[in-house]
Amino acid sequence: MKANVAVTGLNATDNPAPGVAVIRSLKEESDWSGRIIGLSYDAYEPGIFDPHLVDSVYLLPYPKDGKEALLQRFRYVQEREAIDILLPTLDSELANFVELESDLSAMGIHTFLPTDEQLQRRAKANLPKLGKELDLNVPESRTVSDLREAEKVAEDLDFPLVVKGLFYEAYRAQNIGELSSYIQVIAARWGYPVILQKYVPGEEYNLAGLGDGNGGLVAAVCMKKVFLTDKGKGWAGVSIVNEELFETARQITSALKWRGSFELEALMSSDNKLYIIEINPRFPAWIYLAKACGVNLPRAYCDLALGHKPELPQEYKAGTMFVHYTTDLVANVNQLDSLLTKREIHY
Amino acid sequence: MTESNKRLNALAVSDSGFIFDPSTGQTFTTNEIGLEIIRLLKQGKKLEAIISYIDEHYDADGDVIYKDTVQFLSQLKTYRLIDES
Repeated sequence: MKANVAVTGLNATDNPAPGVAVIRSLKEESDWSGRIIGLSYDAYEPGIFDPHLVDSVYLLPYPKDGKEALLQRFRYVQEREAIDILLPTLDSELANFVELESDLSAMGIHTFLPTDEQLQRRAKANLPKLGKELDLNVPESRTVSDLREAEKVAEDLDFPLVVKGLFYEAYRAQNIGELSSYIQVIAARWGYPVILQKYVPGEEYNLAGLGDGNGGLVAAVCMKKVFLTDKGKGWAGVSIVNEELFETARQITSALKWRGSFELEALMSSDNKLYIIEINPRFPAWIYLAKACGVNLPRAYCDLALGHKPELPQEYKAGTMFVHYTTDLVANVNQLDSLLTKREIHY
Repeated sequence: MTESNKRLNALAVSDSGFIFDPSTGQTFTTNEIGLEIIRLLKQGKKLEAIISYIDEHYDADGDVIYKDTVQFLSQLKTYRLIDES
């Protein structure tokens, strides 16, 4: 593939974003000959400093600065980089990119994103409603706008409860004290509403997939986390082939006519019921596992963005493992200088 | 075929006793006799036939073989790898 691809989400700490895994998936295809333009909201995201990963990096205005600021920045970047494809990987930025899809397209930047309606229907706050519509199990959830309301909901749903931010972060609260503390942490970072979800004990499963926008599931890969960090993030995982999860993914993509990448977070309860915990509108940070299984979903996203039909195997083997590891990248302070003063780096 | 039987038949079992369930990602370890029992279960053998096989091939007291085999099958039921029946 000869294309210039812009990718967001270059954080690679113990709470990684998907960008680094997406880029590795693209660059390791045998026919890759394009350029990678890294896009970041923060000058300290580790992926920025890896010249083997990105050809250049530009800082973007934060999503809260709005779509006009973002569009202006893209006009600047596009004059210098001739981006062919944009692959966003962060929940919080997606609404802006969906709104700007036609402006970006007019600049020659192709995307393959869900519609605003699709985004809203799978949003954390609307997931119980979607579950009812599709006859899927979703843990009982409520949105709250302040602490007092949260305490009332807690009386109703009972503990333990999972306290979730609109885009990121989740904590399990066992009592009113913990609930109050977590609500404040999440509201300070992500604002209200905060979501309270009934905790369902069980084994967590994940699926990364790609919807074709016409109701079809292009391909998907399932994963079971085998080792978690203290933040509950998967540090190691193994590919599995779980038909019930595939069927659920087919049902969701068909009902929503989902367009683009997604991740299902599911849970098998102790009484053997599959619950959908979240539907994330982007690839997960473990997406390199899909490429390792021979199902290169980021590459398929690029094919779809360019209007090509992706060629992907429909089957893969269970038992491929990933394990994160940390290492040191050596950089020069000039790189930081360039990022902080010029808001861009070129390797 | 029941869901449990499908899972049992799909288990990846190594000679060392490491067992991987490709549909759930769960892993287990067992010993030589555990491997024999899983092999026999995959062949569709029932409790009596399994006990008889172990009694024939291993030097152990019959009561111990019965008790240990029932306990092992009970563990497999807990992991939903075989049915209650």
